[in-house]
Amino acid sequence: MKNKMINYLGQNGYFGAYGGRFVPEILIPAVDELNQAFQEILRDEDFYKQYYNLLMDFSGRPTPLTYAEGLSAYFGKAKIYIKREDLNHSGAHKINNVLGQGLLMKKLGKTRVIAETGAGQHGVATAIMAAKMGFQATIYMGAEDAERQYANVFWMKQLGAEVIPVTTGTATLKDAINEALRDWAGNFDNTHYALGTACGPRPFPEMVTFFQSVISKEMKKQINEICGKNPDRIYACLGGGSNAMGAFVEFLQEPGVELVAVEAGGKGEASGKHASRIAYAKAKTGVSQGYKTLFLQDDDGQMLDTWSISAGLDYVGVSPILAHLAETKRVRVLAATDAEVIEAFKLIISKEGLIPALESTHAFAGLFREIADTKPEDVIVVNMSGRGDKDIFNIGEALQDQGWKTFVTERGKAYAD
Amino acid sequence: MRIEKQIEAMRKEKKILLMTHQIIGYPDFAANEKVIECFYNNGVDLIELQIPFSDPIADGPVFTKSNQAVLEKGIKVSDCLKFIERMASKYPIPFLVMTYYNILYQYGVEAFIDRCKEIGVQGTIVPDAPLDEARTYYDYSCQQGLAAVSIATPYSDPKRLQEIADIGSGFIYYVPRKGVTGSKTTFGFEILDGIQKAKKETGKTIAVGFGIQGPEDVARLIGTADIAIIGSKIQQVLETEGLSGLDQFLGDIARVNKEE
Ligand SMILES: Cc1ncc(COP(=O)(O)O)c(C=O)c1O
Repeated sequence: MKNKMINYLGQNGYFGAYGGRFVPEILIPAVDELNQAFQEILRDEDFYKQYYNLLMDFSGRPTPLTYAEGLSAYFGKAKIYIKREDLNHSGAHKINNVLGQGLLMKKLGKTRVIAETGAGQHGVATAIMAAKMGFQATIYMGAEDAERQYANVFWMKQLGAEVIPVTTGTATLKDAINEALRDWAGNFDNTHYALGTACGPRPFPEMVTFFQSVISKEMKKQINEICGKNPDRIYACLGGGSNAMGAFVEFLQEPGVELVAVEAGGKGEASGKHASRIAYAKAKTGVSQGYKTLFLQDDDGQMLDTWSISAGLDYVGVSPILAHLAETKRVRVLAATDAEVIEAFKLIISKEGLIPALESTHAFAGLFREIADTKPEDVIVVNMSGRGDKDIFNIGEALQDQGWKTFVTERGKAYAD
Repeated sequence: MRIEKQIEAMRKEKKILLMTHQIIGYPDFAANEKVIECFYNNGVDLIELQIPFSDPIADGPVFTKSNQAVLEKGIKVSDCLKFIERMASKYPIPFLVMTYYNILYQYGVEAFIDRCKEIGVQGTIVPDAPLDEARTYYDYSCQQGLAAVSIATPYSDPKRLQEIADIGSGFIYYVPRKGVTGSKTTFGFEILDGIQKAKKETGKTIAVGFGIQGPEDVARLIGTADIAIIGSKIQQVLETEGLSGLDQFLGDIARVNKEE
């Protein structure tokens, strides 16, 4: 697979007005070292081969591009294809990035990895990578997220990682990132910070995009083989932005391909309980967590509370690359509400026999809202970034499933006795 | 360049100067005011006041929680600035404002510096404004005669150290170890050596902060650092021993300058 340079995206870590590396001085040598190593592997075909082989052998790449026959027939509009990142080992696209950073760690001679996690998918992926490569792992997770996604906490622990619930701030993803940055500031000699999304200080946004670009590299080849053309539109959910960048990056310079990112609309625009930075136009440019981007913040510049049914999209900032791509109108951004997501989930599971993660379901919800304006000859790809098994508690509750409630209650009782 | 002159004058009188720290609004303004009075009465030389931020990545657990506690009470940046203005007019001590870059960014970097000058502040310390990202902040402060204190560490190579010295003003805030505020620093020879080198290579006033726990640490810094900065330990002393405990703590530190 050809490794195309992706650093045309930005200059010196900036993407338009966004990006940079606003870290405390103590972290400057660490981000410098990482950036230098990243610039080297960008030009190193052998590294990329080693990386892609690992993805094939260990994670199950290439992931298929599945024709969504049931959904396509149901709407009777565009043909819908689904990029199956859920079929990766650990059930989400997050592993692509983590395995890349693991190989980079070896190059740097680091022995300990730290990571932040929202939904827990990145934490599990990091714990898997650490177990496989023989690193020690510490995962920071907002205490609130750890509660919502306990199944993933369980797996991280079984994999040998230390999981630290973060109770500061809003006890969600952004606070886990802060804690990871603090840990890194104290331990960068032997420790690598494997950031899980296309955010944070340079070189993370670009580096994570680079490792996730396997998604669109495969997607391009597959859709051209199947349909003989590029897709007309691609939908991806947008939390930090790693799966969206992964799905978009190979098509950025193909003007015929419309790129649509779907944020977490939570309880809706008026509720104030959401994590939509771009679609609801509620975010302002700011500097936090080591970089400059659009953040949901108050007039003083204090970061606001966010909300989403899916922990993985519940983030206060957004990739500086996507902030720039949205500003320059290359990427169109929507927000899907929790309610729309639950409706979309029901439709997908019944028509396709697929169980998407709630994060990924946002991408589908965005598409379903707009599918009426497509034509039967149009080809659409949805990036299904992960599988929904981890969301069984949230989905069971959202669907008010009586059998599930009884099961959970009985189990709880059995433990209480 | 007022603060440089003030520091020069103060240095003639003392072997080492002391800068102390408070998070504005924690636990409340009235308590802050009493503490500042205690600082003044004990001959503290410079006072660093921190405007809380929701995501203070250079701070350890103690300060992170206090930042959060202040914000939960709904205290705004404008309230903090008003408080600083009152303190600066009440006490003839140089006050410095410490906060994170986004606070300046939302206020408007130049407007924030102007406002600091207006309320009698001598300088600012912004730990997440590296020299290569926040030139306007450093340049405009300098132009306005306000100190924009830059930060150096043992990991700053000679070239970067020189850039840090050139872009900042007032003094260099030297962070002697990895990590965030809070935990103890052991001032061994290697650290002292690093401080000495930074001083020699830049020719600037060097303030050392992060992990200073008491008189012994301050005494160890005599002859290498110009200013010792105490932050988290003060909050800890206040929480465990109250104002009278702080009074005694600062008295003990002041004696360091008198010992032979
Ligand atoms: C399945 C899945 N999709 C998407 C995301 C959101 O991340 P990003 O926006 O970086 O793709 C997450 C994050 O945890 C996730 O687990």
